[in-house]
Amino acid sequence: MLEANALAVERGGRVVFAGLSFNLEAGQALVLTGANGAGKSTLLRALAGLVPLAEGSLRWSGAAALAEGPESRLRYLAHAEALKPGLSVVENLRFWARCWGGAVEPALEAVDLAPLAGLPARLLSAGQRRRLALARLALAPVPLWLLDEPTVGLDAAAIARFGALLARHRAAGGAVVAATHVPLPLDGAGELRLEQQPWGLE
Amino acid sequence: MTALLRRELLLAFRHPADTLAAMLFFLLVTALFPFGVGPAPEALARLAPGALLAAALLAALLPLDRLFGAEAEDGSLDQLLLSGLSGFEIALAKALAHWLTTGAPLLLATPIAAAMLNLPEAAWGVAVLVLGLATLFLSLLGTAGAALTLGARRGGVLLPLLVLPLAIPAMIFGAAGIEAAAGGVAVRPFLLLLGALTAAALPLAPLAAGAALRAE
Repeated sequence: MLEANALAVERGGRVVFAGLSFNLEAGQALVLTGANGAGKSTLLRALAGLVPLAEGSLRWSGAAALAEGPESRLRYLAHAEALKPGLSVVENLRFWARCWGGAVEPALEAVDLAPLAGLPARLLSAGQRRRLALARLALAPVPLWLLDEPTVGLDAAAIARFGALLARHRAAGGAVVAATHVPLPLDGAGELRLEQQPWGLE
Repeated sequence: MTALLRRELLLAFRHPADTLAAMLFFLLVTALFPFGVGPAPEALARLAPGALLAAALLAALLPLDRLFGAEAEDGSLDQLLLSGLSGFEIALAKALAHWLTTGAPLLLATPIAAAMLNLPEAAWGVAVLVLGLATLFLSLLGTAGAALTLGARRGGVLLPLLVLPLAIPAMIFGAAGIEAAAGGVAVRPFLLLLGALTAAALPLAPLAAGAALRAE
């Protein structure tokens, strides 16, 4: 489904990573590991098309992946939760539902935030903010999830619920690429280890 | 795109401080002129067109540096770029929201400011029209400027340096239009020129801003 061939990304004259290749089929999961600064987040952003590739090609079902719109292809969960503190939980999610389609209430149910729907997002705890960001994934089904340390701040119950969300996504043929330092509820996931690149070399 | 515009308006409604700050800033700047120039009515009326426009443009500039800065900081910008909206649509929604929440409220304060500057009452209607067009022009230019200076250190300082020189044509035609209305001369040519400027900026500025957002 997703075919990465000799990817390289350069930021500020520094090679973040080079020569990365992998294949991802429907239902598969790939876990990115590596030290801080090894380029896990940058790789996710490059897969999302937010960071330009210096080299290599990214193919999506055989076609150039970055040519068409990303909205029906992937969701990207970043470190920043992209919540507006002045809007309530349900208003935050409703905006993205208007962009992507999907129903708000089931998505809130999936992360157990339905009882807090009317609360302003500025009153949420770190874990609750994370869960609201995760609820965006549950809005409308897309083939690929890019997750940057998705379980940061989550308690055990929330991680279990997130595991169910992941399982449902993969059972429906969805693929996952996740950067993490801790074990994730992803059975049978492949691992791609990113090595620190020496600084300042071309 | 309407979803983004609705969210922006809802946010502005929840945090009215930005809108109020721009309105008060506009009124305060126009209130400073009588103190500096002296209370001679003729001198004030002579200054009024230029002072109104300069104050309105500066006031509309105030919230611009947070236009994309806040979105970039909380991660919303990345999500917006992946939302299926083109850069052009994001920028156009932002520019319209900026005008509706900053430029348009200034029009409500225009009669008060015009009275303080002793602008002849006959010119008030034209003044509102001119300020409406000029602030829309600035919202469009400012969106492009905000997108370009996003991520730059001291972007808040860079932004007015980039945008205000480009707003000079609006200043010239706008002030001339208000002056013409005060003097009883035809205002149509000036309004048409100002309208043409705004019409040109309407597609061009969001295109530039969208390209700048994509290149971040």
